[in-house]
Amino acid sequence: MKTFRIGGVHPAENKLSAGKAIETLALPKQAVFPLSQHIGAPATAIVKKGDVVKVGTKIAEAGGFVSAAIFSSVSGKVNKVDSVIDASGYRKPAIFIDVEGDEWEETIDRSKDLVKECNLTPEEIVAKIKNAGVVGMGGACFPTHVKLTPPPGCKAECVIINAVECEPYLTADHRLMLEKADEILVGVQILMKGAKVNKAYIGIENNKPDAIKLMTEKAAAYPGIEIVPLKVKYPQGGEKQLIDAVIGRQVPAPPAIPINVGAVVQNVGTAYAVYEAVQKNKPLFERVVTVTGKSLKNPSNFLTRMGTPMSQLIEAAGGLPEDTGKVIGGGPMMGKALVNTEVPICKGSSGVLIMNDKEARRAEPQPCIRCAKCVSVCPMGLEPYLLATCSAHGDWERVEHEMIMSCIECGSCQFTCPSHRPMLDYIRLGKGKVGGIIRARNAKK
Amino acid sequence: MANKLIVSLSPHVHGGDSVQKNMYGVLIALIPALLVSFYMFGLGAVVVTLTSVIACLFFEWAITKFILKRERTTIMDGSAALTGVLLAFNLPSNLPLWIIIIGALVAIGIGKMTFGGLGCNPFNPALVGRIFLLISFPVQMTSWPVVGQLTSYTDAETTATPLALMKMAVHGDASALSRLPGTMSLFLGNNPGCIGEVSALALLLGLVYMLWKKIISWHIPVSILATVFVFSGLMHLANPTVYASPLAHLFTGGLMLGAIFMATDYVTSPMTHKGMLIYGVAIGFLTVVIRTFGAYPEGMSFAIFIMNAFTPLINTYCKPKRFGEVVKK
Repeated sequence: MKTFRIGGVHPAENKLSAGKAIETLALPKQAVFPLSQHIGAPATAIVKKGDVVKVGTKIAEAGGFVSAAIFSSVSGKVNKVDSVIDASGYRKPAIFIDVEGDEWEETIDRSKDLVKECNLTPEEIVAKIKNAGVVGMGGACFPTHVKLTPPPGCKAECVIINAVECEPYLTADHRLMLEKADEILVGVQILMKGAKVNKAYIGIENNKPDAIKLMTEKAAAYPGIEIVPLKVKYPQGGEKQLIDAVIGRQVPAPPAIPINVGAVVQNVGTAYAVYEAVQKNKPLFERVVTVTGKSLKNPSNFLTRMGTPMSQLIEAAGGLPEDTGKVIGGGPMMGKALVNTEVPICKGSSGVLIMNDKEARRAEPQPCIRCAKCVSVCPMGLEPYLLATCSAHGDWERVEHEMIMSCIECGSCQFTCPSHRPMLDYIRLGKGKVGGIIRARNAKK
Repeated sequence: MANKLIVSLSPHVHGGDSVQKNMYGVLIALIPALLVSFYMFGLGAVVVTLTSVIACLFFEWAITKFILKRERTTIMDGSAALTGVLLAFNLPSNLPLWIIIIGALVAIGIGKMTFGGLGCNPFNPALVGRIFLLISFPVQMTSWPVVGQLTSYTDAETTATPLALMKMAVHGDASALSRLPGTMSLFLGNNPGCIGEVSALALLLGLVYMLWKKIISWHIPVSILATVFVFSGLMHLANPTVYASPLAHLFTGGLMLGAIFMATDYVTSPMTHKGMLIYGVAIGFLTVVIRTFGAYPEGMSFAIFIMNAFTPLINTYCKPKRFGEVVKK
């Protein structure tokens, strides 16, 4: 069975909510939309206090080419344009909308019927995706239309759909495949057309045999789409690892990007969002979110409107347990610990994970015993112990030379370290510094 | 509730591995060899091993507390006990107590704690102790009891080891090699030598256990053993009456103990697989060279010691294969 070639770990899967069908979450009382919920320039608010909006009304315009528009997920009145603490822990500008009723824009096709035919040109598809504010739903939130517009000199050869969901606990993509297989496959075809390729691979880890089986059966009716079962290994959902696993090509070190080896990688949730955007005229304003944790009464998968506070999802899953130590936006390997539970669901929110106090605490670090386990698990072929130590000593020249910018921050090194050393903390520090140094150097040129 | 949340950077989970698990894992892997040593050398093996372990733990504790003045004691992490067992395994079973204690002091005090303790030492502490004793007390360190004297300690009768016979062959004693014990006897450990090194079989069991538990990777032991086999095999083919057979080389002296437990010491071995292979091949080569052409009958500990010194250099030049170096299928 295929997998990526370098490093990797296998954390306990803990897919507690894998058997739970997607439920639709009730509307929030107030929805909050941070203007910066994607990679690139923040969006610009185009509504002001008192404006009346419907479900699907554009409330913020893309702030540039690498940016994405934001649409209201609720109907009601704009309460204020202020700021909110988002998953990053920083205060960011945001639009607050008080919910009244549930009135949708008329242009949106709300029927459940599958629309298979798509006669748009690639350019029209990309424009439509752009105008629906679609971004990568796996967590990185890179605007989808940008990925479908290759830089000059590059040519896409295939679309790779990331249905790996290698983060422990998360099951949103898994459920989506089981419940919306046809919609996803149509979405993949649209992505293929948009990227002007006639081959697509959907990579699924073999801890989801039901999804592999269903998708393989359904994909027979869609020419050019191949389901690729993958051996369970983290971080297979990393873009570069997935390309290596599926088509056996490795993206060179930054600044190279996947398109340099001919691949356009999209998340399976994105494929579904593309289907809705292109075939149903429905902009991106809701997504499936997994709410999970060992102490949580009822781990679930909710179809959630953007802007809903995470506290509402936690309530719907049985309420915040007494022994809660940490609330994480995303999965346990790469998710962000939240400062409070009022953080709104954004385009990239794949999960809310509750950890009890004991799980949430890091063990005390011990001296590095140079066991080299971090080196052997690093999926990028780096030496985490060295990067961490040199970063701690502020030797930026050395860490740049040791390719610190290639680090994808997957956390495999720290996960494996017998001495519980906080390696990734230091590597992030080093990446930040070296990134600044590189930008300054390029600006001088 | 909201202000009580713990906030830290990812990853938020840990694989559950720990320093203790690895150290105690190695100790478990040493159990077969320990049992064989008790069976072969009886009382002497028990006394030497216990003394060495207790002395190492004591010196680690005392130095941490009174010289380094650290609050946390590190004797429970298993590394000092491991040094103690490995040091004992490198000593003859009739060594007087006071020499063992000096060895433990040098191993822990000079080999480990002077550099800052666990993780900081450039040389394998047990080897530092052993080599210090070998040079300081050459007579006591090179007289090995005959196996099977279960109740004797320093009064045990001594004899020449297979390695000494192999050396005599190189120096012109044409019949020396014919006095070597049979290969099977060497493999099982029924021959004189240091406490822990005699039974290749028991040590190999330990290797299998450590590979299974993923405590070490195969690179260092396999590259050492393969190099010794090939190099000594070539010499044996060239002149079988002077140079012992490659199997005799593999199963005698400290080769197995060194390749499996001493050279694989985390702290003093290279960090990358490529580096480990270079390190292993060099150790294997140096061992055979010293055994055959050097002044001492055994070269394993010197070979590891020399390569320990090269580890930082190997780490500087042997980088892992970076992602993206192989672009096309």
